[in-house]
Amino acid sequence: MYAQLVETGVKRLKSLEEMSPEERAFQEKIDAEIKIEAKNWMPDAYRQTLIRQISQHAHSEIVGMLPEGNWVTRAPSLKRKLQLMAKIQDEAGHGLYLYSAMETLGADRDEEIAKLHSGKAKYSSIFNYPTLSWADMGAVGWLVDGAAIVNQVVLQRTSYGPYSRAMVRICKEESFHQRQGYELLLTMMRHGTQAQKDMVQDAINRLWWPALMMFGPSDEHSPNSAQSMAWKIKRQTNDELRQRFIDQTVPQLELLGCTAPDPELKWNAERGHYDFGDIQWDEFYEVIKGNGPCNQERVATRRKAIEDGAWVREAAVAYARKQQNKNAA
Amino acid sequence: MHKQALIQYLLLLGDSALVQGQRLCEWCGKAPALEEELALMNVGLDLVGQARNWLDYAAELQDDGRDADALAFRRDERAYRNLLLVEQPNGDYAVTMLKQFLYDAWHHATLEALTASSDERIAGIAAKALKEVTYHLRRSGEWVQRLGGGTEESRRRMLEAIPALWRFTVELSVANDGEVQLAQAGIAADPAQIAQHWLNTVTAIFASVDLPLPKAASHFYLDGRKGLHTEHLGLLLAEMQFLPRAYPDATW
Repeated sequence: MYAQLVETGVKRLKSLEEMSPEERAFQEKIDAEIKIEAKNWMPDAYRQTLIRQISQHAHSEIVGMLPEGNWVTRAPSLKRKLQLMAKIQDEAGHGLYLYSAMETLGADRDEEIAKLHSGKAKYSSIFNYPTLSWADMGAVGWLVDGAAIVNQVVLQRTSYGPYSRAMVRICKEESFHQRQGYELLLTMMRHGTQAQKDMVQDAINRLWWPALMMFGPSDEHSPNSAQSMAWKIKRQTNDELRQRFIDQTVPQLELLGCTAPDPELKWNAERGHYDFGDIQWDEFYEVIKGNGPCNQERVATRRKAIEDGAWVREAAVAYARKQQNKNAA
Repeated sequence: MHKQALIQYLLLLGDSALVQGQRLCEWCGKAPALEEELALMNVGLDLVGQARNWLDYAAELQDDGRDADALAFRRDERAYRNLLLVEQPNGDYAVTMLKQFLYDAWHHATLEALTASSDERIAGIAAKALKEVTYHLRRSGEWVQRLGGGTEESRRRMLEAIPALWRFTVELSVANDGEVQLAQAGIAADPAQIAQHWLNTVTAIFASVDLPLPKAASHFYLDGRKGLHTEHLGLLLAEMQFLPRAYPDATW
């Protein structure tokens, strides 16, 4: 999930009887699976929750360019370089779609980005982990984009129309990236040297748990989920999505010939799901709070890019104004 | 036979596109706006793709068991044939955009001429690349105008970027004997014609925002076509080639 821990500001769900006529009409529309559009009435908390969620999602796309940008200059073949560049380009594009979707709610892109840079707004915890070998590019594509897809496929049915439509477009491209990431790992495992195979296993060992954390806190510690589910912003709980991800990923892991760093991972025939070990929630909350391995670097890089680029943006505005005046004269 | 000259010419085209693409990769996540992240990666992607086409052809002609990847990742700087201009560091956005523009103007004129090459393979690659570079040139030209004619600050930076890069433009208007012979055989672009097109394009964009056009750069010791590079290329290649060099038996 690219948006974890989205605060709804709502402690308790209202029943239909407690709602104002407007609220009730809105909730009935949601219940009838009618999409909410920008000009429709919506509760302020719904609007604010969506702004937070979509901006977090957009920030994740943008910050998510950095761990990959770390290796784009070092990609080991022309083909892999081209794939990675295309992927990064898509991510910038996803960021743009999402900021646009967010702006239909009346939020301002620059203001939301400023919140990211001041540490007030969050982005996915996963991008606070360093990419330490080329195999990480495959593991990020496979595990991280894989986790994102599990979440985003569901979000195609999210109740807010512009967000849902952005997800449809984004999912198509993400699926492609995920297959490429997996193919990258498969190539290293099937045709690579022992050093390369070790590289792949090491990448999985480092990124496995952080990828599982992408789905956010477990349901019992996810106080905002109930309202998000009632509004159908979220369609499934964190734990449901995490379980789905594990169930579909373990066979892929086996096909690679690799293992998960989880001794408790095993098939449970009774449940029809894989059981898995405990997530280190302390680590998760530390990362979310800003104390992960790369939080400072990631935010500093983004802040510097925007600060250093101010004169460029000012020049573009000044030049456009001069051209306008010239055309008007 | 022109074969050796042709290989050198393909390396000039391929290496220049690759090194320029590599420089654009360095901008990843650091561009002044989100739209620029997208555009820089887009242009870089086009260029690396073109480099692969040129190097594929060079490798086939060379026929010594090396493929395009071996040419890209296992050649030292003395064997690289790129223009000196494209290996220059990114600097600020004025340097990056001016460098892109000066290269695009040459690249566009070159590809346009190459679409009429008597070598069908070259004509084909050039025709595809020309569509992409037409976009690159429009974009970089507009940025030179925006920065040159934007604010005092952006103009000051553009005025600093011009002399820093201008000396390397000598390579855009000269050619070696091999290229001249290839041009006479109808295979390569005519260097005199390229030089004129390049100058026309640069003159028009500079004039549109009153940027001073320096006098023609003169030849100096370095020469990318001979593998005599600035000190920047070695570092660029050390980073770019690290993995294939460190794991020579690997399959990526």
